[in-house]
Amino acid sequence: MEIVLSAAIGILGASGIWLVLRARTFQVLMGLSLVSYAVNLFLFSMGSLSIGQEPIVTPGIPADLAHYTDPMVQALVLTAIVIGFATTALFLVVLLALRGLADNDHVDGKDEGA
Amino acid sequence: MEIPLVLLLPFAGSIVAALLPTHARSAASGFAGIVALATTVLVVRLYPEVHAQGAIEWRQAWLPALGVDFVVRLDGLAWMFSLLVAGIGCLVAFYARYYMSPDDPVPRFFAFLLAFMGAMLGVVTAGNLIQLVFFWEVTSIFSFLLIGYWYHRRDARRGAFMALAVTGGGGLVLLVGMLLLGVAAGSYELDVVLARGAAIREHALYPVILALVLVGAFTKSAQFPFHFWLPRAMAAPTPVSAYLHSATMVKAGVFLLMRLWPALAGTEAWFVAVGGAGAATLLLGAWCAMFQRDLKGLLAYSTISHLGLITLLLGLDSPLAAVAAVFHTMNHATFKSSLFMAAGIIDHETGTRDLTRLHGLFRAMPITGALAIVASAAMAGVPLLNGFLSKEMFFAEAFYLDAHPVIQYALPLIATLAGTFAVVYALRVAYGIFFGAAPDRLPHAPHEPVRWMRVPIELLVFTCIAVGVAPALVIGDLLATAARPVVGGQLPPYDLALWHGFNAPLLMSMLATVGGFLVYRSLGRRLGSAGLDVAPFLPIDGQRSFERTVAGVDRAARALVRRIVTRRLQPQLAWMVVLATAGAALAVAQTGLVWGDRQRVAGTFAVAALWSVGATSAVAAAWLAKFHRFAALVTLGVTGLMVCITFVYFSAPDLALTQLVVECVTVVLFLLGLRWLPKRKLGDASERSPRTRLRRARDLAVAIVAGAGLSTLSYALLTRPAPHSISPFFLDRALPEGGGTNVINVMLVDFRSFDTLGEITVLGAAALTVYALLRRFRPPREAVALPAQQRLSLGEAATDLVAPREEAAALTGYLKVPAVLARLMLPLAVMVAVYLFLRGHNLPGGGFVAGLVVAIAFIMQYLVAGASWIEARLTLNPARWIAVGLLVAVATGAGAWVAGYPFLTTHTAHPEIPLLGRIALPSALFFDVGVFSVVTGSTLLVLLALAHQSIRARRAQAAARDAASPVASTTAVAALPLAVAADRR
Repeated sequence: MEIVLSAAIGILGASGIWLVLRARTFQVLMGLSLVSYAVNLFLFSMGSLSIGQEPIVTPGIPADLAHYTDPMVQALVLTAIVIGFATTALFLVVLLALRGLADNDHVDGKDEGA
Repeated sequence: MEIPLVLLLPFAGSIVAALLPTHARSAASGFAGIVALATTVLVVRLYPEVHAQGAIEWRQAWLPALGVDFVVRLDGLAWMFSLLVAGIGCLVAFYARYYMSPDDPVPRFFAFLLAFMGAMLGVVTAGNLIQLVFFWEVTSIFSFLLIGYWYHRRDARRGAFMALAVTGGGGLVLLVGMLLLGVAAGSYELDVVLARGAAIREHALYPVILALVLVGAFTKSAQFPFHFWLPRAMAAPTPVSAYLHSATMVKAGVFLLMRLWPALAGTEAWFVAVGGAGAATLLLGAWCAMFQRDLKGLLAYSTISHLGLITLLLGLDSPLAAVAAVFHTMNHATFKSSLFMAAGIIDHETGTRDLTRLHGLFRAMPITGALAIVASAAMAGVPLLNGFLSKEMFFAEAFYLDAHPVIQYALPLIATLAGTFAVVYALRVAYGIFFGAAPDRLPHAPHEPVRWMRVPIELLVFTCIAVGVAPALVIGDLLATAARPVVGGQLPPYDLALWHGFNAPLLMSMLATVGGFLVYRSLGRRLGSAGLDVAPFLPIDGQRSFERTVAGVDRAARALVRRIVTRRLQPQLAWMVVLATAGAALAVAQTGLVWGDRQRVAGTFAVAALWSVGATSAVAAAWLAKFHRFAALVTLGVTGLMVCITFVYFSAPDLALTQLVVECVTVVLFLLGLRWLPKRKLGDASERSPRTRLRRARDLAVAIVAGAGLSTLSYALLTRPAPHSISPFFLDRALPEGGGTNVINVMLVDFRSFDTLGEITVLGAAALTVYALLRRFRPPREAVALPAQQRLSLGEAATDLVAPREEAAALTGYLKVPAVLARLMLPLAVMVAVYLFLRGHNLPGGGFVAGLVVAIAFIMQYLVAGASWIEARLTLNPARWIAVGLLVAVATGAGAWVAGYPFLTTHTAHPEIPLLGRIALPSALFFDVGVFSVVTGSTLLVLLALAHQSIRARRAQAAARDAASPVASTTAVAALPLAVAADRR
C-alpha cells in the first residue's frame, strides 16, 4: 500500500511540476492543482495509513493513536484544501486579468512561441 | 512625572494634529502652537531643579537584558537645548500659520513639525547613548519628510533625499561609534560615559570611536566635507528652514560634540579633526554665502559657516572656548531663525528670493526691514547685539591660543577673514535688499505682512538686543548652567561684558568690519546686478559628486539585477524546483536513505486500480492541458475524485467530504474561466524548433526527477515509525473538553480555532481580491462575441440559445426541466447543509462542508437559469455573508473575554429545550456558524464575480455599439445641454 500511495504522489507531483514549468497560464494553473493534490496526499500520509479508524471518538474505545488514525494531519489538510481553492481562484483571476492586459496567455505576458 | 511629559506631549500632539481636517490651517497651527507652548512652559518650570541639582532624570526599564534603561535626563546643556527647541518651535508654529498657503495640507505639516520637536527633545534629553542615536535618526526622518513637504516639486524631493542620505547615513555611522563608545566606557549610560573620559581616551578603540562619532556629528551639522546637503534642504517651507535647518536639527551635531566633550575632547586627534573641520567649514561657508543669489541659499551657507565656528571653538580643547561655543549656539539660533523668518516674509510678499531682484524694499516694508537689519547686524557681530559677544569670545580664543606657531598665526587670520566675509553677506541682506534703487519687476508689489506674522521675529530680535545690551543680567546665569556640564563641572573664569578694553579681539573685529565694508563696496555692485550662482575658486562641488555617486550606485545595481535576476516566470519556477530537489538530494546524500520497519499496510487490488486510474488521469491532464483544456479539466477532476476516495479509504471522512465539494466548485470555477482564454493554434512552427524541444526535454527531466524524489521521500516517511506528535492530546481531550466526538471538527473550531479564524480571514480576503481584480477586468475583444457554439444555433430561432443570458432564458424553454429540478433541489440542498453543519461536532461535517454545499446549491441555480433570471428574484450579497461570518467568529472569540478567559476559549452550555430535552450547546457552534458564513460568501463571491463578466462584457459591447451609431450619440449629446438648461430655468 505504501508503494502505491508514494508512487501516486510522485506521479501527481511530476505531472504537476511539468505543467508548472509550461508557458501558458492555464497549464500552470492545472499544474498547481495537481501539485496541491500531491502535497495534500503527502501531508495526509504523514499520519498513519489506517483503515476503519476514523478519528470519531466512540464510547468504549480508548482515545489514543492505537485505535484512531492521526487527526492532526487531517485537520491541517482540511484547511489546506479550502485555502487551495481560494488561491486557485485568485490565480485564475490574475491570469484572466493578464490575458485582458497582454492579449495573450503567456505567463510573462509576452507571446514568443512555446 | 513632568520630565517624560516633555517628550510625550509633542508626540501625542503630532498624532492629534495629523487627524485634523486637511485645510484647518488656524486650528492646526493653533494646536501645534499650544502644544509647543505647553512644552516650553514645562521646560521652563524645570529650571530651578536643573539649576539646583545639576541633572534631573526619569528612568524606565527598556532593555533590561542589555542593561539599557530609557532615561530622560535634563542637565544644564540639555535644558538649554530643550528651551531652544520648544521655544523656537512655538514661534515657528505661530509663524507658519501665516506663511503656509490655504491650499497646503497643513495638518501633515504641523504633525511632522511636532513629531520633529519630540524627536529633537529626545536627542537632547537622552540619558543613554542608544536612546540618543535612536532619536537622532528620528529627527533625520522627520527632516526628510519636512523638506519633502511639497513633494510635487522635484527640488524638494531631491533635497529631501540628499538630506536623508547624508544625515541618516551619518546616523548609522554614529550608531556604530556609540556602540564602540559604550564598550570602551563599559556602559551606555551617559553619566558613566562622561565620568570615564580619561579611560575612554586611553582606550585602543579611541581613534575609531572618534572618527565614527565625528562623521555622525559632521553630517548632521553640515560640516565640511558633508556640508552640501544643507543648501539643498532649503527647498523646504521657510518655517522648516528657520526651525530645523538653522536653530535646532543642524545643532544636533554640535550638541553631540558638546555632550561628549568631557569624554572625547582633549586629545591631539580631537584638536586636528574637530578644529580642522570647523575652520574649513567656517571659511568655506562664509565664502560661498557671499556669492549666493538665493536669499535662503545665502542664509544656509551662513548657517554652515556659523556651525563651523562653533565646531572650531569646540575643537580648540579649551574650556573657555567650549563656553563660547555654547553661547554662540544660543545666539545663532535666535538671530538666524529670525532672519529666516524675515526671508520668508520677503519671499511671501514679493514673490521672489532672488537677491539680484530684491532692492529698495525699506520704503515698502519698514518694520520687517528694521527687524532684518538688526538680525543681520547680530549675524555680522555688531556691538550691542548678542552676536558681537560670542564673536569677541571666539576672536579672543583664536588669538590667545597656545599651539603650534603655524596655527597660532593662521587661526587669527582665518577668524578675521571669516569675520570679513560675514560682514559682506550681512550687508548683502541688510543693505542690498532694503536700500538702493526702488524695486521693479517683482512678482508682487511689496508690502508689510499681516501684523501677527512679524510677532515671532520681533520676540527673537528683542532677545538679540536684550542679550547684547545686558548679557550678564539676561543670560549669565543660564549660560553658566548650560556650559557647566560641557566643561565637566568646573567653569573657567569669564566675563560677559560689553567692553573689555581696547584689545586684540576688538582690533580683529574692527579690521573685519572695515574690510567687509570695503569688499562689499567693490563687489556689491556686481553681486547686486548679476550675482554669481557659484562661488569662485572652489574645485569640488559636494552636491555634484553626491549626485554622481548616487547615479553610479544606481547604475551598478541595475546592471547587477539585469545580470542575475530574471523577470520571466519559467526560469524562476524551474530554479525553485531544481534547488528544492537538490536540497533534498543533498540531505539524502549526507545521511543516506533507509527504509523504516513500520508495519506495512497490506495492499489491495482496489487501491492499486484506483491509483492506476488516478495517475493516468494526472498524466493525461498534463498532456492535454495545452490544446484540449476542457478534456484536461475532466481528467483533473478524475484525479481529484481518486484523492477523495483515498481519503475515505484511509479513515478521513471529513477530508473526503471537503475534497468532494471543493472539487465541484473548482470545476465550475475553471469552466467559467475557460471562456476567456485565447484559442490555441495547432501545429505552430515554433512547436518543432530544436530550442523548444530541448526546453521540453529539460523540463521533463526536472519533473521526473522531482517526482521520483517525492515518491522516495514519501515512501521513506511511510515506512519509518511515525514521529511523536501532539495528536494524542487532541484525541484524548476532544470529547471531555471539546464536547464533540468528531476530533477533526473539534480541532478546527475549538483547539485550533485561532488558526481557523486566520484561515477564514484569508479566504474572505482572497474572495474580495478576486472581486476587486475583476472589477477592472477588460475582456479580450474576440472573447466578447457570442461563443461559436451559441452562434451556430442562430438559424434556429425557435430555441432561445440566441442570447440565453440577455433574455429570461429559463422561461422560454432553455434547460427548463433541469431548471425546475434544480429549483426543487435548493431547499433540499440547504437542508443537507444544515444537517451536515449540525452533526459536524460529532460526525463528519461542519461549517466548511456546509458552506460549500450551500454555495453549490446556489451555483446550480445560476447554471441552469442564468444570472439575470436569478438576480431578478434573489439578492445574495456574498460580501455581506463574509462580513457577517467574520464578525460572528470574532465576536464568539471575544465573548470569552467577558468571562475572563483568553480569546476564543470555548464554553459549553447545557440549556433545557422543550421536546428536545437537555442539549449541549458549545460556543464553538457559533464560531462554526461564522466559518460557514464566510465559506459560503467567499465561494459565491468568487464564482458570481466571474460569472458576471460575460454579462458585463456584453453590456459594454452594447454600449460601445450605441455610442458608435451616429443617431444615438447625437441625441445623447443634444439631450445633455437641454437638460442643463432646464435645470437653470
